[in-house]
Parts: sequence; structure tokens; C-alpha cells
Amino acid sequence: MKVALFATCLVDTVQPQVAMATARLLQRLGHEVVVPRDQACCGQMHVNTGYRREAVGIVANHVRAFAGAEAIVAPSGSCVASIHHQQADVARRAGDEELARAAEELAGRTYELSQFLVDVLGVTDVGAYYPHRVTYHPTCHSLRLLEVGDRPYQLLRAVRGLELVELPGAEQCCGFGGTFAVKNADTSTAMLTDKMANVLSTHAEVCTAGDASCLLHIGGGLSRLRAGTRTVHLAEILASTEEAVTPDQQTAPSVPA
Amino acid sequence: MTATVPPKAPTFLGLPTAPRGVGHLRGDQSFPDAARGALRDGQLRANLGHATSTIRGKRARVVAEVPDWEQLRAAGKALKAATMARLDEHLEELERQVTARGGVVHWARDANEANEIVTRLVLATGAPEVVKVKSMATQEIGLNEALEAAGLDVFETDLAELIVQLGEDKPSHILVPAIHKNRAEIREIFARTIPGVDPGLTDDPRRLAMAARQHLRERFLRARVAVSGANFGVAETGTLTVVESEGNGRMCLTLPETLITVMGIEKVVPTWRDLEVFLQLLPRSSTGERMNPYTSTWAGVTPGDGPQEFHLVLLDNGRTAVLADEVGREALHCIRCSACLNVCPVYERAGGHSYGSVYPGPIGAILSPQLTGVEDNASLPYASSLCGACFEVCPVAIDIPSILVHLRAEHVEAQQKPTAEGVAFKALARAMSHPRLWHLAQRAAGLGRLLSRGRPTLPNVLPPPVSGWTRSRDLPTPPRKTFVEQWTEEHGR
Repeated sequence: MKVALFATCLVDTVQPQVAMATARLLQRLGHEVVVPRDQACCGQMHVNTGYRREAVGIVANHVRAFAGAEAIVAPSGSCVASIHHQQADVARRAGDEELARAAEELAGRTYELSQFLVDVLGVTDVGAYYPHRVTYHPTCHSLRLLEVGDRPYQLLRAVRGLELVELPGAEQCCGFGGTFAVKNADTSTAMLTDKMANVLSTHAEVCTAGDASCLLHIGGGLSRLRAGTRTVHLAEILASTEEAVTPDQQTAPSVPA
Repeated sequence: MTATVPPKAPTFLGLPTAPRGVGHLRGDQSFPDAARGALRDGQLRANLGHATSTIRGKRARVVAEVPDWEQLRAAGKALKAATMARLDEHLEELERQVTARGGVVHWARDANEANEIVTRLVLATGAPEVVKVKSMATQEIGLNEALEAAGLDVFETDLAELIVQLGEDKPSHILVPAIHKNRAEIREIFARTIPGVDPGLTDDPRRLAMAARQHLRERFLRARVAVSGANFGVAETGTLTVVESEGNGRMCLTLPETLITVMGIEKVVPTWRDLEVFLQLLPRSSTGERMNPYTSTWAGVTPGDGPQEFHLVLLDNGRTAVLADEVGREALHCIRCSACLNVCPVYERAGGHSYGSVYPGPIGAILSPQLTGVEDNASLPYASSLCGACFEVCPVAIDIPSILVHLRAEHVEAQQKPTAEGVAFKALARAMSHPRLWHLAQRAAGLGRLLSRGRPTLPNVLPPPVSGWTRSRDLPTPPRKTFVEQWTEEHGR
């Protein structure tokens, strides 16, 4: 299948290794990956901060950039949820019915990575190797808006060498929330503190999730604490094999399980 | 009345909203400022964490045992939507039925009018005091303060509401107004404020309840006037309903000679049968019980049985303005169960007082700004990480996250002068709409790596608004090349 990769603005700009891992994974599974050069953002940050009028142009750019794609995959539950639940509304409210229809049509072919792998490609064992102790944080929009359910767990359980440990209080929000993390920095940090306590209680080497944004927040907090636990996107774990480990890291577990 | 007349009455969608200077819908501080203080209170965090997780668990257990919960939810939502679509007709029917059964109906445009009506009615009875059933509507309009200003004594009879009143505190939760206090703190309040209380009072819940019971019993028996709210008002029969756990409501609704009920206009339901749905949804969502211990219903007056004078005050106070908003009007479907508060990670940490309104938590963050006009509560729609836990538990399926996002836009679009944030977001939107500009913006962001001087993270001290992030979280050093650049170099177009 020919898959168009939507990196998302955040991953493209500050976490390129997540998109690269997504592309490598899809290629390894035998699919052709294309990366439309004109892609930018889904518009979610603008919409969720109150700038829905300004988001119309962003949605229009997204629809132009991906026009004609057979399937679109993004390594983010949150951005895909915005494409599914917000883009058409934003266009329609601005009176652009044509754009709304185009966005809806495109949303029908847009998938979050774990949904694409399990539902569209029908694979749970992607042939990955990742010899680490890992805990999974189900991000709110993947969990409640996209309802990805246990798909990420199915994928992680099939990874060779990976020890999956349950995260206590997994379904509680980590406190990222987009601009909430800055506008309500104190409350966001209080939520993060509890999430980090739960992550650290698992003694996992790695905390993973399907959203680079939440991981930037959790990982930023863990890094500030000089905690040994790092955050790694689900795509990076699934892209890892005995031959090619991403990102740059040792294949041997740093902490014996 | 001591209310100051505002220079310009607040409006929402051109309709009058809850007036300023009266009632409890607006805080003195923005949410982030109020939360900053609350978050430092370790005892508060512990009390709230314990209480909300207990009630969350109870709710989850009793909801899980109802096989048709989703259908019930859908029915609740549909009933509310249908009622709101013909609210005027149902309210007029309610007035006709209450009047036919010997009650008197009063219409109050706002908090000031409602307070004036109730004060006048109480003064006319000649009674020096009133007993009160827990009611959000009367908290919203500041009725206690109005009655006290007229020289009347007001006694709250709900245990948690009594704790708040005796402690000269404010409610912090819709169902459990004293949720922010633990047993030891409650013992201290009772020992200090209840006349003639046993000096050996301990923090044993039973002893505390008995002390309150003794204090209240005397007041029930001598009360001549009671004021209540209403959970539901049935239009076809003129029946008012109060659901409660303690029996204090039943006392107030049956013993006094005069009963005055203040009901928000959105509490009307068309038919008696509609209660079938709501009386299943409410207790399980609210207290986590299969059924609430007391459900009182009454219509007008019954000679020789219960109050012989009954007044119903129908309160607008901004509700019509909420109804005018096609997206936001769903907030009026709320049946005040408080399930959304109990699951909200923001409420659990910041506490109810941070919201500045008697309606805290997720529902408060969408209801208060609409009742007052968004600009009077502009920080509340932003007091959420949009995690969606509230929508998931709401018994009438109010899409709270979507309404929060909608109100954020209403706030942004209400700005007359350009704000720094607005300018930045507009510039960013322009860049994100034009690939060439976007690539330039990304290159500029990438230059941030120079600040790191080769380290993997950016410096901790950065100017606002980035400081909001970097005070508690590291930011990784931006990469030399974006993903799209890397890919294009590898693969061409």
C-alpha cells in the first residue's frame, strides 16, 4: 500500500526521529511511504486555544497537502482525533462547506499508527526487537476520542525482548493538554508529578505512548528530575530490530529486569 | 440590597446574564492564580485525592452493574434536549399545574429579583429565621447573604453545607460542599461553633453526625419557613422533587408552614415518567448509590398535610442566554450529579475554590462563564487539559470538552484589541497555512538549538511564555533538520 505520512508539526520540528521510525517501520512491513513536502499542522493547537477562525487556513493547507493520498498515517492519537473530530467543524463554522467535505473525506482515510497497523494492515507482530522494561501511558485522546483500546498493548506484547509492565493510574491524564501546559503550568505540573510517580514506581527503563506531545511533557519532567526513565514513542519501539535499533541506544538492557 | 449597579450589564449573545455584585458565580482571581495557592496546600491535595478516588470507585462499581447504562444516558440526553427545545411551553405548563394545586409561582429574571422575592415572602410570614435544604440555585444567587441582610437567621441543614456555614467557608463541590475538609478539621469547626456541644467531641464520623443532628433537630422543630431548591419540576403534574441522603430535606419540606422553592428554569421535565430515567441516572452518578435514601415529591399544598403555603420561584439568571448558544446550551442539561468533578484531574488537584464559582469542576468551567458572560470568567474554559474523562462519565452525555473549546473561541473572538497571544497565533496560523513560510518558521525554531550550546536540553530559564514550560520541564534541543527536510534529502520529492 502507498502510505502518506503526516509527521505532525511537533514531531516534524522537534522530534524528527519519531516520524523517521514510523516511515522505517511501514517500509519494513512492505509499504511505500510518501512524505508530502507541503504538510504543516492539523490545526488542533489553534482550535483548542480558541483560534478556530485562524485554523481554517491550516486545515485548508493540510487538505491540499494530502489530497489524493490513499491512506494517511500519523504517529499521534491527538492529531488524528483532531482531523476526525474538529477539522470539518472548523471549516463548516467558517462557512466553507467544500473544505468541510474535503476534510471529512480525508479524515476517513487518516489513521493513528496503532489503528493502522492492527485494523488496516492486520498485524500485531511487526517483527520488532526491543530488550527493555517498558510501561505504556494511554494518552487521553487515543483512549477516549479514538478509542484505540488495547491495540498498542497488542503491538507491544509482540515485541521480542520487551518486558511490558502495567502503569498504575494509567488512564489519568499526564497534564499536558496543549497550551494548558503553559497557561495552567502549576496545575499541569501537579498532574505531571503524579504521573511521574506512577511511571517511576514501575521501575521501567522506558515510558512509551502514541503521542509525542504527551511524551515531551512526561519526558521533560523526568529529565528535569534526572530520573533514569526515558520516554520513547511507540513508533520508535516498533521500528527497532536486532539489526537497526532506533533511536541511538544500546540494545542491552541498562537495568536488569 | 447592597448590590452595586454595574456600568454596563453583562450579556452573552446579546441576552442579559447573571448580574455582577450578587451571588457566587465569579471569583476574585483567575483560575491559574487561585490554583497556584491551592496546589501548595498539601492537606487539601490529600483530602481531595482521597475523597474523589473513593467516590470514583463507588460510581464505577454501581454504573457497571446496569446493563443498559448507555441507553439510559442516551435517553437522559434526548429528554433534556427535547425539553430545552420547548422550554417556554413546559414552564408555562408547570406554572399552570402548580397554581391549580394551590401554589404560587414567581418569575425571577436574575439573582437580585429572586433574592427580593424570597426575602419579601419570608418577611411576610413574620418568622425570624429559615431552615434550608441544600440547593445550588440559592448558593448561586447568594440568598443566604440577602436574607441575613434583611435581619433573618438562615440555617443550612445539609451536613456538609452546615460545616461550610459554621466554618464561614465556601462550598467547593456540588454534592459534597465540604469535600476539602477532613474529619479532624470538621471536629474543630463543630467544637468551636456549635453552642453547647459536648466538649469531649472526637473526630469519629458517628459522633460528628450526632452532634450536627442534635444541633439541627431543634431548628427543624421550631422552623416556620423552609427554603429549598429542586432537582426536577414535572410540568404535567406540577410536582417538585428533591433527592437527598440525610433526611434533613424531608424535615424541611414537611414540617414548616411555609415552603419556598427556588428552581432554575432548566430543571423542568415534561412528564412524571421522565423521572424514571433521571432517578436512575442521578444517584449512581452522584453518590455512587443504587438509589438515594430520600426522594421527596410534592405538588402545591395539601390541606392538613405539610406546608400550607407554597411558593415556587423560577430563576433565569443567565440561563436564557445559555439557551441561545447552539453549542453551549448542552450545559443546561446538567442534573448536578458532580461525577465530572470526581473524575477531573484538574479539579482533584486545584480544588473547587480555584474556580471562584459555586459550580466548580468541568461543568462549572462551561456553566459559570455562560451564566455570567464569558468575559467575566474568561480563565475557566482554559482550566482543563481536555482529557475527556468528564464527558465519559456524564449521565446525560454533555460533551464538556467540545463546549470548553467553543467557549475559548468565544473569549478569543470577544477581544476588541489585539493581544500578544492573538498576534502570535495569527502569525503562526499564517505560517502553517503556507508551506514556504512554515519551512522558514521551522528553520527559525531550529535555531533555538544554539541556546543549548551542545547540550541535549534547552536552558531552564527562558522568557515567558516558554518559562511556563521550562520551570518544571526540560525542553529537548531542536534538531538541525526537520523530518521533512531529512526525508526530502534522502528521497527527493
